Amino acid sequence: MDPQTISLVDLPVKSIAKIIDINGGIGFQEKLDVMGIRVGKTVTVVSKQPFHGPLTIKVCSTKMTLGRGMARKILVEVVS
Amino acid sequence: MGNPNVGKSVVFSRLTGANVIASNYPGTTVDYAKGKMRIGNENVEIIDAPGTYSLEPTNKAEEVAANMLKETDVIINVIDATNLERNLYLTLQLLEKHIPMVIALNLSDEACHLGIDVNKERLQELLQIPVTNTCALTGEGIKSLVDSLAHAGINKKIKKTSREGRWIEIGSLIEKVEHIQHRHHSLRDKLEDLTIRPLTGIPIAVGIILFAFWLVRFIGESIITFIFNPLFEQIYKPVIEQLSSYLGPGILHTLMIGEYGKEILFDQSLGMLTTGLYVPLAMVLPYIIAFYFILSCLEDTGYMPRLATLVDNLFHKLGMHGHGIIPLFLGLGCNVPGALSTRTLETRKQRFISATLLAIAVPCMAQTAMVFGVLGAYGVIYIALVFLILGILYVSMGLLLNRFVKGTSPEIFMEVPSYRRPSFRAILKKTWMRVRWFVREAIPFLFLGVLIINILYYIGFLQWIGVILTPMMEVMFGLPGEASTSLVIGFLRKDLAVGMLIPLGMIPLQLVIAVTMLTVYFPCVATFSVLLKELGLKDMIKATMIMVGVAASVGFILRLLFFGLP
Repeated sequence: MDPQTISLVDLPVKSIAKIIDINGGIGFQEKLDVMGIRVGKTVTVVSKQPFHGPLTIKVCSTKMTLGRGMARKILVEVVS
Repeated sequence: MGNPNVGKSVVFSRLTGANVIASNYPGTTVDYAKGKMRIGNENVEIIDAPGTYSLEPTNKAEEVAANMLKETDVIINVIDATNLERNLYLTLQLLEKHIPMVIALNLSDEACHLGIDVNKERLQELLQIPVTNTCALTGEGIKSLVDSLAHAGINKKIKKTSREGRWIEIGSLIEKVEHIQHRHHSLRDKLEDLTIRPLTGIPIAVGIILFAFWLVRFIGESIITFIFNPLFEQIYKPVIEQLSSYLGPGILHTLMIGEYGKEILFDQSLGMLTTGLYVPLAMVLPYIIAFYFILSCLEDTGYMPRLATLVDNLFHKLGMHGHGIIPLFLGLGCNVPGALSTRTLETRKQRFISATLLAIAVPCMAQTAMVFGVLGAYGVIYIALVFLILGILYVSMGLLLNRFVKGTSPEIFMEVPSYRRPSFRAILKKTWMRVRWFVREAIPFLFLGVLIINILYYIGFLQWIGVILTPMMEVMFGLPGEASTSLVIGFLRKDLAVGMLIPLGMIPLQLVIAVTMLTVYFPCVATFSVLLKELGLKDMIKATMIMVGVAASVGFILRLLFFGLP
């Protein structure tokens, strides 16, 4: 795996990254896709709740809260 | 039709003028609204479809939305100009259906404010269907939208394609119609970030909730002191006194007014025309109005999804996820809508836990109002004690249920909409609808409750129960035997039951035990019937057993804590 590639879970708050792969079932991929969360999009982590709480991310102008398990399946490449 | 949180329901209510619930919380419009509108000389029916991101449904609400299309003559697709790209996905899917359609480009004023410029004419040209700028909040553009319906179009060039194909098409559309200017972080962005980051968000959330409840109490009390109490005491009481002397002693007097010859006390006389009217109107309704007003404000600004995010972690340990805060909050108003909203949770386990906890540890506003009435005189500390016990129960029972209830509890996945200035009109309308619903549901139950209580007293049933349960009440819970009748009444109406504790002359700590047990042991009849429908017979029996068991244990433990061993 490319050393720069990390899971969305490990992306620090406020940093910007590009989505390069989404693992998981078809249903999960589709759920993200229709929200505009798809490969090639830029994503920012708005906040992370402590103690393995959910992440809030921003893709385009959409903000989403999603669990860590889901975030783990999204692979990103850090931009800045 | 449109995505959630784009102002569909507000557009709808503008079009119809009908009473609809327009909420900023994803999932509240599963029960769709219908309305009528006149265009020219024609009466048309308009349906407010549940918000959906696509026509490939992933949940019940989206399924409903997709199914509605089959009987549609014209689609009004409401899209959020501040989030054009994502919104266009559904638009393309709708266009593929080849049903006549128009677009309402909503929130266009806000998009402009954010530096997003959408070229409406170009979009119209490219899609070949009418596009109208609207601002549903102020009603701007609604008339043009109605006019555009006559020109609703079909774009035959758009063929069914894959997800990939749609996104490519959207990409080229966006390039042609949207122009984004760079802008600085606004105050709202800062506020949005602050309220969702744990370090700042949690203190803010605590502050908001405390302030909200203080406001509810303040508004409720003001309505009671300045409107209802004067009305009842100065205008209604003389009328009842007249009626009392006219009726004379007898069963009719007992049923309608209360015991003959005694002073009329609106909260204790237990007559249909005295307590039966006073409790729902002058003690409960003011708080209900205040509560729903504040809740609607919180919903329409878009705060609730942030709260759900912040509490998700805790709720996950209780076997739900952040969504679980919604039944809890709604239940604080009235348990019935709370119970109905457990539907928005995905799995059986989540629904079971949320419903059971609701019934056990969430007092409705009617009950809360009575708790304040009964314990308020002895000091806020006792009221706080009741709520503290209920809070501990909610969490500890949740932890236990999460361990022992089979099933899964999926992770949260929820859109967090931008903060919006709510429309005062929409909030008033929503509050009014909820209050009206409550009055329709609650008043008959209270009347019936008072009637049944009077009959049970008359035939001596309540006294009989009291005698039988006295030893248990005294030994196990440290309460007077008569308190057992109040527990029986609690099946019908909790607020009445709490009120019946007043004349028993208990000390504050005994009242704390009685009030807590009343909350825990069983939901009122109305909630019970809803839960039965939502959970099914088998799960409801389990839930009921848990409630009764918990009530008895809590009563006993509190007794031990407060008064020591029997």
